[in-house]
Amino acid sequence: MRFGVVIFPGSNCDYDCYYVIKEVMGQDVSFIWHKEENLKGYDCIVLPGGFSYGDYLRTGAIARFSPVMRGIEKFAQGGGLVIGICNGFQILLEASILPGAMRKNESLHFICRFVYVRVENNDTPFTRIFKKGQVLKIPIAHFEGNYYADSQTLKKLKEDNRIVFRYCDKDGRILSEANPNGSVEAIAGICNEEGNVLGMMPHPERASEAILGSEDGRGIWESIIEL
Amino acid sequence: MFKVKIYISLKKGVADPQGTTIKSALKSLGYQGIGKVRMGKYMQVELNIKDKKEVKEEVEDMCKKLLVNPVIEDYDYEVEEEK
Repeated sequence: MRFGVVIFPGSNCDYDCYYVIKEVMGQDVSFIWHKEENLKGYDCIVLPGGFSYGDYLRTGAIARFSPVMRGIEKFAQGGGLVIGICNGFQILLEASILPGAMRKNESLHFICRFVYVRVENNDTPFTRIFKKGQVLKIPIAHFEGNYYADSQTLKKLKEDNRIVFRYCDKDGRILSEANPNGSVEAIAGICNEEGNVLGMMPHPERASEAILGSEDGRGIWESIIEL
Repeated sequence: MFKVKIYISLKKGVADPQGTTIKSALKSLGYQGIGKVRMGKYMQVELNIKDKKEVKEEVEDMCKKLLVNPVIEDYDYEVEEEK
């Protein structure tokens, strides 16, 4: 399994992803500078978290025009796996590879803490080793994670079972108190129609070793690798 | 030379936590009768194009491509000729 981790100017979770994939999961991984368009030879591309282009204008709005995004669109159309984490998710939304948009957190705070998410769909290449309804403890770290989609889009997402993760409490209950940022339907992660592109706000790379407080994020890497 | 003033606002129905917070701050300062407060963005773009029609086409294109996220935002603009 060969992974590529994209670096935009302002990415800051790129090394965390690289480290986890290489050292914790023992996989082949290399960095991809955002000017690169050719993604031949990769099996999975990671769009890491951070503040691409300083979050200027809107999060992800400028990064989506980087040459690598043209490559990612083709790569995804060809069935390649793409996972966008946090800022990576925001970029996928801006690029319309995934539907919807991010607003500022309802509380207007940057939130950096562990949250619980429930696996809503375990029939994706990213969640296949989880049980449906399994609760994962994974941290978030964002200011713009308040997911929005119009009612038609939400209806379609639900019908197609494309809501992959929802914020919940530790027992898996979907409660407004357990929704950290105000996202509609408590959405924490969604996938595209084909299921090979995932966008999620929580950071699995920060929850892949026990010493960091949770290993629940590991399952995502394991799901990808087991393919 | 034209100067374009672009106003970007959140679409009707899209929750605006900044607007809500500003509203409650105004209220707590004692201002009366405040209705909805919506927070937006304002940009000035100078365009070195001769024809006003072309300016509008260019601005529309810029808004759709980069400046505005049509999922959550609306936009409006004014074009002024700079002499």
